[in-house]
Amino acid sequence: MRSAGERALDYLFLLPALIFLGVFILYPLAANVGFSFSEFTLGSAEKTFVGLDNYRQLIADPIVWTALTNNVLYALVSVLFQVFIAHILAATVLVVLPSRLAVAARSFFFLPVLLSMTVVAILFTFIFDASDGLLNGLLQAVGLGQLAHPWLGDTTTAIFAVISVSQWQSIGYTMLLFIVSMQNIPTELYEAAALDGAKLLRQYVSITLPQTREMIFVVMVLTVSGAFTVFAEPYILTGGGPGNASQVLATYMYRVGFFQNEMGYASALATLIFVITLVLSVAQATLFRTGKE
Amino acid sequence: MRLPYVAGVRLLPGRLVLTAYALILAFPLLWMIVSSFKPTLEVYGRPWSLPSTWRFDNYSKAWEMGVSQYFVNSLFVTAITTAAVLAVAALAAYSLVRLRNWAARLTMLIVMGALVISPQVSIVPLYDLLGRFGLLDTYTAMILPYVAYRLPMAILLIRAVFLEVPRELEEASRLDGCGSLRTFLNVYWPVSAGVLATAAILTIYYTWNEFLFALIFVDSDSLRTIPAGLMAFRDALATDWGVLLAGLTIAAVPVVVVFLLGQRFLIAGITAGSVKG
Repeated sequence: MRSAGERALDYLFLLPALIFLGVFILYPLAANVGFSFSEFTLGSAEKTFVGLDNYRQLIADPIVWTALTNNVLYALVSVLFQVFIAHILAATVLVVLPSRLAVAARSFFFLPVLLSMTVVAILFTFIFDASDGLLNGLLQAVGLGQLAHPWLGDTTTAIFAVISVSQWQSIGYTMLLFIVSMQNIPTELYEAAALDGAKLLRQYVSITLPQTREMIFVVMVLTVSGAFTVFAEPYILTGGGPGNASQVLATYMYRVGFFQNEMGYASALATLIFVITLVLSVAQATLFRTGKE
Repeated sequence: MRLPYVAGVRLLPGRLVLTAYALILAFPLLWMIVSSFKPTLEVYGRPWSLPSTWRFDNYSKAWEMGVSQYFVNSLFVTAITTAAVLAVAALAAYSLVRLRNWAARLTMLIVMGALVISPQVSIVPLYDLLGRFGLLDTYTAMILPYVAYRLPMAILLIRAVFLEVPRELEEASRLDGCGSLRTFLNVYWPVSAGVLATAAILTIYYTWNEFLFALIFVDSDSLRTIPAGLMAFRDALATDWGVLLAGLTIAAVPVVVVFLLGQRFLIAGITAGSVKG
């Protein structure tokens, strides 16, 4: 058998990874919960224990509710586009394009995913610009000038403009996941269905959907937790404004912590984000498992 | 790749939908590239036409105005992060397949848990921690958390490949008198080229684009990576649109090139990673 020294070496190899995970992921998670029961500022080491004060403040804070509503909107629209529409588009790519073109399309649709969100968001400020923006220009050019609008500057449209940028960037990602999982479906299933006279829609519903349900579940979880942790898009496009109209939990947490310097309250907001993503992931996993039986 | 259920299907409507979608994706990107060669007035003044004169110096201006520094910073941070992730994850994955005991199971539990924790949640304690170590506003402030948050994905991917290595090969290596490290280098390292490339590309993609930590943990313009740097760049340029768009294009190109070169590994990694996630 292996010598004691050999065994020790195996444990030693595990150590760097455990240190990284422990210090930078597990410790902060636990510390964050502790911080959320105290009041402190960036510069000082002093933390005052305030019990549940931060959570009371959180429940009474109207901006938290605005942000939460925006996150829910984000999740609903993202699920519609990045799960349902992306799934249909993925199936469409495989059905209507010859295989070489399908490979090229898959790569092309993935391109926006590769761009830094900063690049995408700054680019879309040109498109949504109030006076000279491309979108307004396009609307005027096709005779719909009355629809022209300060998309990012209006409290009713700001959050939807921000959400649409996320969809533009992310559909390609979930589409790729769906395409790859659809390619793993045994072709015999379709052949048998075709022999039974099943038409395209019927095949999609009774073969493609059930055969990719695991991937649909994964994408659903990714999309929903992404929607509740989103930061860069609203931060760059609107800064959460106008007013707090397009504030989401993560941008609000950033503002509370790093501008208003209320770190304890920011930690409470972070805990809220964590609990929401955890609950939603567990709920989706449970639903997925019961649906299987 | 084409599925057999196309017989008798009308292809045109589907193709039109995909073409429309492709145009929605392509248009902003093409506009960005074409406009990046324009003088400022033409960016909004004649948004739908080609530049009257091609301003190639927009690119040299953007480069000199700081994008070169951001670019170098991004390269440096990405390179160190990727190397560290691969080294730490490969060693851990190796231990995990060799140990197969309570320690391995506990580690797997931690890895799976860490996989679903999003960085947003840890921002305040991490800031506090890095501050206490005196690491704020350094490259290290970005690199350490980046490595940590990429490790779970990399460990899972590499472990899956290592599990496929036949035990006999390892036994043989030990009978030849090879120690733990030699066995790792002789038996496991050679089979891991593909998965290491996948893990590397996923790490590069994440690190190159990471925004939140880069924005909060680093203050000096001279240390900023591209995603956070572009924000400062935008504010500094105010209305010099052509140069701003040139900067955006410079920031976008490297990742696209790496993708085209390493597409196969990236796709393998994304799908494997998400299924395990």
